[in-house]
Amino acid sequence: MNKLVEDDAAAKARKGRNIALGLGLVAFVLLVFVVTVVRLGANVANRPF
Amino acid sequence: MPKIAAMIPETDQPLANPATARWQDFFQLLKPRVMSLVVFTGLTGLLAAREPMHPVLAAVAVLCIALGAGASGALNMWFDADIDGLMRRTRGRPVPSGKVRGDDAAALGVVLSLLSVMLLGMAVNWLAAGLLAFTIVFYAVVYTMWLKRWTTQNIVIGGLAGALPPAIGWAAATGSAPLNAWLMVAIIFLWTPPHFWALSLYITTDYAKAGVPMLPVIKGAKHTRLQILIYSLILVPVCLTPVLTGLGGPLYLAVAGLGGAVFLLLAFRVFLSKAGDAADPRAADRDLYEVTEDAKAAGAKAARNLFAFSILYLFAMFAALLGEAVLGVKALELLR
Repeated sequence: MNKLVEDDAAAKARKGRNIALGLGLVAFVLLVFVVTVVRLGANVANRPF
Repeated sequence: MPKIAAMIPETDQPLANPATARWQDFFQLLKPRVMSLVVFTGLTGLLAAREPMHPVLAAVAVLCIALGAGASGALNMWFDADIDGLMRRTRGRPVPSGKVRGDDAAALGVVLSLLSVMLLGMAVNWLAAGLLAFTIVFYAVVYTMWLKRWTTQNIVIGGLAGALPPAIGWAAATGSAPLNAWLMVAIIFLWTPPHFWALSLYITTDYAKAGVPMLPVIKGAKHTRLQILIYSLILVPVCLTPVLTGLGGPLYLAVAGLGGAVFLLLAFRVFLSKAGDAADPRAADRDLYEVTEDAKAAGAKAARNLFAFSILYLFAMFAALLGEAVLGVKALELLR
């Protein structure tokens, strides 16, 4: 493969990898957010004033 | 073990072109089929604990178990690419087929290992995370890098990694790992040898070619058939113990009892058969070692039957435990 010119197969594969990675990152961020709300929520409800 | 190392020939792996690696190739590194089985047994452990758990945290726990299993798979495929390329069953895997670079597979495995363990620890509890970390290290390092190429007991000891998910699930739900959690581990642990040896009896030549010291390759088919019978005789009574300790109910008793009887029958048939004899690499050197075509076919069939039924047996027992937990069926405690 020419270093400067990317062929169609490589471009398609890269696009697919990037989309999968992007979706994975978004899912991870959402997961951390939801877990934080769930865990923090219980602790906030039980906090001693 | 130098003898085994010498048996492993050099492979002509195609040069990987990372530019054309698709996301599906990376997904294949996670061994999705193994992952689904691990998710099933882990979920069963989590629900069989019968401890109320926030559904989101339960889902995160199962996800982490799946990711941890996937990470182990990727690390295994990275390290075993040389021998995977020599066996029909595994030569199409992403690394030996040149779709993904070995380094990329290793990186994915390490990243997912850290991610799954840290997430499980922070979201659920550190006992579950510790057990998951132990499972990954045991599979990727102890089994893949050491036992698999060194001893005929590779899948016996290495089977512990595949057996641990129910204990991880149980620990995630309760923060502890009592006897009943370990009974589920023991069932999978004792199930693994007859299951894999039945398979290896009819694909022995492939393992021999790759230099993997599977029991039939080193000790012969006859010894393997005896070991299958011995492990089956231990497995079936252990499968019945959950009804003594308050883990399994009447449905489980029926499944484990009836399935166990069939399992023993099939194991005994394998013991009496010639399964694996045709594939025994030492058989060719023996003039008096004659196996008729009918006996070869019957032997392979006996091994295939046991292999297929073993999957059904384990699945049915865990499905029964899962079903009883979900439906709230009272577990039996015959010891009390």
